[in-house]
Amino acid sequence: MRARLYALSELEDIPGTRVFTARRSRQGYHLHKFCMSLMQEENREQFLADERAYLDRFRMTEEQKQAVLARDLGRLIDLGGNMYFLVKIASTDGWSAQKAVSSMSGMSADEYAAMMREGGRSPEGNRSIREGS
Amino acid sequence: MARITAGIATSHVPAIGAAIDNGRTLDDYWKPVFEGYEFVKEWIKDNTPDVVILIYNDHASALMLDIVPTFAMGFAEEFLPADEGWGRRPVPTVYNDTDLAAHIAEQLVIDEFDLTIINDMDVDHGLTVPLSLVFGEVEQWPCKVIPIAVNVTQFPTPSGERCWKLGEAIRNAVKTYPEDLDVQIWGTGGMSHQLQGTRAGLINAEFDNRFLDLLAHEPEELVPITRLEYLREVGTEGIELIMWLTMRAALGYGVEELHRFYRVPASNTAVGHVVYKARS
Repeated sequence: MRARLYALSELEDIPGTRVFTARRSRQGYHLHKFCMSLMQEENREQFLADERAYLDRFRMTEEQKQAVLARDLGRLIDLGGNMYFLVKIASTDGWSAQKAVSSMSGMSADEYAAMMREGGRSPEGNRSIREGS
Repeated sequence: MARITAGIATSHVPAIGAAIDNGRTLDDYWKPVFEGYEFVKEWIKDNTPDVVILIYNDHASALMLDIVPTFAMGFAEEFLPADEGWGRRPVPTVYNDTDLAAHIAEQLVIDEFDLTIINDMDVDHGLTVPLSLVFGEVEQWPCKVIPIAVNVTQFPTPSGERCWKLGEAIRNAVKTYPEDLDVQIWGTGGMSHQLQGTRAGLINAEFDNRFLDLLAHEPEELVPITRLEYLREVGTEGIELIMWLTMRAALGYGVEELHRFYRVPASNTAVGHVVYKARS
């Protein structure tokens, strides 16, 4: 058996980051079923026509449904979501991927876009919670 | 005999596909990105392969919900561009070379890569954006494409070392195929980016450029990089760079770097692109 190269707890040590593990994937399963349903135009139309009724077709938690209704992508990540699924909600709304991502960043869309044009967010101070580095 | 003659790596940012599809490649924002691909668009005209083996990751378009294979090969005769939430990209259908794909699948399993075979799937921006960047806007893609999808999203993802060995196994499989085919290997995704949480927008140009410096001639320096190091240094989505290692390994010992390009940003992402010619 090969040794682990790092403790699994290290994956929880990255600032502002949720690593998408199998367990989180399971937590997000029904949320993600909803997201993938938005890959069909008729489903996008039905969702936008009555969001709550559409969400009630899925076995998502109430918290997940509320976070979808609020378009709180950061909260959805905390509730097991992964951006590759969640971006389908943003696309349904006609948001760019950058706008969707910026909504989690603690910055306005314009501030975020400016940060990206200037070279993005530095890794300095963003590598480890424990080390503060 | 079939042989791998060249390798291409490129980021596969969906917004790049949207810029192409919406005719915005000359916009101030996008022009410097597309200038980085002018070399390959010219070069490919005289170097169009028979088949591209295209290493990419599916973005919850065909995989990742019910089935999360670590390595999977598209085995249908054809693949449509996926509807990722805004309609299908207006790009050609992708056609497979199922004879070569069958040979590679068989040989990879013999070589202890227990590949998942996918008989029905659509292909998303991870595969179609690189095709657009290299071949431009065309009526038909000028070659066959064998899609190989790598799980880079749900942990545990394969290690860089495992992706390297996959490339070596692909190289050996192609070499033992009797038909005289010109094959290219493409690795896609990266470079640094993070699409989630309060660390979104992470870019690490120093890491990315070191990766580009070493990939051609000292790739063994890159193989041991752990999943954790990718996450810390280049972001949760930057780990896609492990697919570049598969591309590089499939080219064998020596390569000639024909082109290199790096630019920040395209949307949320650092764009990297290389073209390598195989020496052996």
